[in-house]
Amino acid sequence: MEQMLHVSSNPHVRDKMTTSKIMQLVVLALLPTTLFGIYNFGVRALLVVVITVASSVFFEWIYDKLMHKKNTITDFSAVVTGLLLALNMPVSIPLWMPVLGSAFAIIVVKQLFGGLGQNFMNPALAGRCFLMISFAGKMTDFTVPAGGMSNLYDTASGATPLAAMKAGEAVDFVSLFVGNIKGTIGETSAIALLIGAALLLFMKVIDWRIPGTYIGSFAVFIALFDIFNGGFDFYHLLCEICGGGLLLGAFFMATDYVTTPITKNGQLIYGCVLGLLTGIFRMLGASAEGVSYAIIFGNLLIPLIERWTIPTAFGKGGKKA
Amino acid sequence: MGILTFKGGVHPYDGKELSKNSPVVKYLPKGDMVYPLSQHIGAPAAPIVQKGDHVLAGQKIADAAGFVSSPIHASVSGMVKGIEPRLTATGSMVNSIIIENDQKYDSIEYTPAKLEDLSKEEILARIKEGGVVGMGGAGFPTQVKLAPKEPDKIDHILVNGAECEPYLTSDYRRMLDDSEKLIEGLRVMLKLFDNAKGYICIEDNKPDCIAKLKEMVKDIPRIEVAELMTKYPQGGERFLIKAVTDREINSTMLPADAGCVVDNVDTVIAVYEAVILGKPVMDRIVTVTGQGIKNPQNFDVLSGTDMAELIEAAGGLTDNVSKVISGGPMMGFAMYDTHVPCIKTSSACLCLEKDDVADAEQTACINCGRCVGVCPGHVIPARLATFAEHGDMESFQKFDGMECCECGCCSYICPAKRPLTQMIKSMRKMVLASRKKK
Repeated sequence: MEQMLHVSSNPHVRDKMTTSKIMQLVVLALLPTTLFGIYNFGVRALLVVVITVASSVFFEWIYDKLMHKKNTITDFSAVVTGLLLALNMPVSIPLWMPVLGSAFAIIVVKQLFGGLGQNFMNPALAGRCFLMISFAGKMTDFTVPAGGMSNLYDTASGATPLAAMKAGEAVDFVSLFVGNIKGTIGETSAIALLIGAALLLFMKVIDWRIPGTYIGSFAVFIALFDIFNGGFDFYHLLCEICGGGLLLGAFFMATDYVTTPITKNGQLIYGCVLGLLTGIFRMLGASAEGVSYAIIFGNLLIPLIERWTIPTAFGKGGKKA
Repeated sequence: MGILTFKGGVHPYDGKELSKNSPVVKYLPKGDMVYPLSQHIGAPAAPIVQKGDHVLAGQKIADAAGFVSSPIHASVSGMVKGIEPRLTATGSMVNSIIIENDQKYDSIEYTPAKLEDLSKEEILARIKEGGVVGMGGAGFPTQVKLAPKEPDKIDHILVNGAECEPYLTSDYRRMLDDSEKLIEGLRVMLKLFDNAKGYICIEDNKPDCIAKLKEMVKDIPRIEVAELMTKYPQGGERFLIKAVTDREINSTMLPADAGCVVDNVDTVIAVYEAVILGKPVMDRIVTVTGQGIKNPQNFDVLSGTDMAELIEAAGGLTDNVSKVISGGPMMGFAMYDTHVPCIKTSSACLCLEKDDVADAEQTACINCGRCVGVCPGHVIPARLATFAEHGDMESFQKFDGMECCECGCCSYICPAKRPLTQMIKSMRKMVLASRKKK
C-alpha cells in the first residue's frame, strides 16, 4: 500500500461544534452586556472584568500544572466562569475580591470536584455567593465611581431598581430595559442581554426549555403574588423580569450545561423550580435579589430531577405495536 | 400522508451530489473473484464446489447450511482456485471460495416464471435459491424474513429507499433506473401477504425518485409512496416503521411484531430477479465516492470483485486520502486494506481525505445533552458511555443500554468528541457475551 489508512470505529464524521467553540460563543454572547457595563460604569468595570477573567484562567492553569494534568485552559470554560463572575460583581468592588472569588470558583468548586463537567454547582455563581456571604457590604455597594455615566437613572434612595421597588418606590421601565441603572456590571441592560441570548438560541448553544420555563414560571409567580396582594400589576411584572439578575441568570447561568439536568423533561422541571425559588426569594426574602441563590440551590436538586425524568427507551412504552 | 419521521436523529453533510448524477457503469473484474461464505446473518454457506471445478456464472457454489442461511452463486465463469480464509470489509477473515475469472461470462440458463403461476411456497423457494439477503447492510436471509409466523397479521410492506447514510447513492440510482423492477418485486412480495399494503419509503431529498414512483404506482392498487423527512437514521428499520405506521418496537422485537416487513430497495429488486427471472444475486450497485477518490461514481459490480479494482476504475485514491470505508460514514467499516471482496451487502466504498475522528480533540463531557436530543433510541448515551467506561454492566442494562441501535448519532453530535457509540457498542458486546455464558 502506498498510503497508510486510518481505521476507527464508526461513525467516521463528526459535527463541527466543539466544547471550545461553545464556550467561545458564550463569551461572544456575553460581550454586548459586558461592553454596556463598561460604558455604563466606566473603565473600572473593564479592570474588574480583566482581573476576574485573567485570575480564573490563571487558577485553572496553575491547578493543572501543579496536579500534572492536561492543560485545559484552551477549552475556554475558565474564561466563561471568570467573565460571568465579573458580570455578577458591582463596579466598586475592591480588586482583590474578584481574585479570591475566582480562586474559590475554579479551584474549590470546579477542580476539586474533578474539573470540567464534574462540578455540581455553577462555579461563577458559587464564587459570587461565597463573596456575598463573606463580604456582603462590599458586594452590595453599588456606588458608581468617577468615570461612570453621569446620567445614571437614580432612584430616590440610590438603590438598585429592584431594591427600590421592594421599598415601594416607582422605577422607570425604559431605564431598566436599556440598562442605565445601578446593579452589577453585567446585569443592568435587558436589551444587551437579550441580544446575547438571541445569539445563543440562534446558534443552538442553548434552547428555550430552561430560560423559557424559568422566566415563565417566575412571571406566573409574580402575577399571582400581585393578585393576592392588591391586584395584578403588569408594569411591576415587567420590571421584575427585566430588573436584577433574572435575564443574565436565566439565559447564561441557569443554562450552564454541567449544572443542568441532561434530560429534556428534567430541564423543564428545573426551569420551573428556578422560577418559583427566585419568586419566593425576591418577594418573601430579605434581599431584593434571588437569582443566584435560586440557581445554586436548583443545582443541588439536579440528581433528583434527573432520576425522575429518565426517558423511556424507544419501543418500551409509548405506542406498542 | 405528509412528510413522515421519528424523534431524534442528525443532519450530517450528505455528500450525495458527488455521485448521484453519475450513470451506473457496468464494471467487469480483472482479477480473481472472492466469495466469502458468510455474506449474510446466520450459518455460513457450505461450499458445493471443489478446487479445480469449472463453474458458470449464476451457478450455485455454496448452499444454505441451516434455516437462517443463504446460498452463494458464482458471478463469473471460470475455475475454482481454492477455498481459504480471506480478509473482508469488516476486518475479519472469512472462509471464501476463490474463482479464477476466464473472462468468458458463460452463464447457466435461468428459468423464468410468471407471478400468476407461482404459489407462495414456490415464491419463497425461488427467493431462497436466488440467495437473496437484506442488501441494505444487515444481510438477513430474505426468505426467512418473508415467512413470519403469522403472515395474515402483516399489513405493511415497507420498501426502504430512505438511503439516509450520507454519500450513498446506490439506492437512489436503483430507484430511478430500475423503477419497474422495484415495483414488480414489491408485487411479488405483496402476493405473500394478502392483508398488506406496500409502501415505497423515500427521503424528501430525492424528489425525482418520489415523483417518478408516485406517477408509476398511482393506478396500482395496494402500492403507495411514503415521503420521509431527510434525517439520519431514517432508514433504520425501527425508525422507518415508526415514521410510516407510528408503531414502536424495541430491540427484542421483530418488525413482524408491528405488522411490518421491511426490505431495502436493492433487496426488492433482487426478489424480482430471483422469482420472475430466475436469476440469483450476482451483482449490485456500489457507490465509490468521497473527496478521497478522483472520479466518484456508481458501478454495477459483480459480487466477488476486489474493491481495490473499483477504486482504480474510479481514477484511484487522491494523494491526501486518509480513510477508506466500506459503507457510509455513519455505520460503515474503516478498512486498513482495500483488497477485500464486494459482497451482497457492500453498498459503497467511501474514500475520505479528512478524518474527523483523528482530527477531533477530546474534552471531558460537559453534560450538554446533545446526545440525548439526537438519540433515536431515547436513551442517555453520555451516561451509558460512562457506565461502559467503568465496566458497570448492571447499570448499563438498567438504563437500557441494550436498546442502543449503534447508529452513531451521539458520537457525531458530541461537542466533547467522546467516542460514545464505540464505548456503548463495546459494552453491548460484553453484555451479549456474558448472557451467552449463562
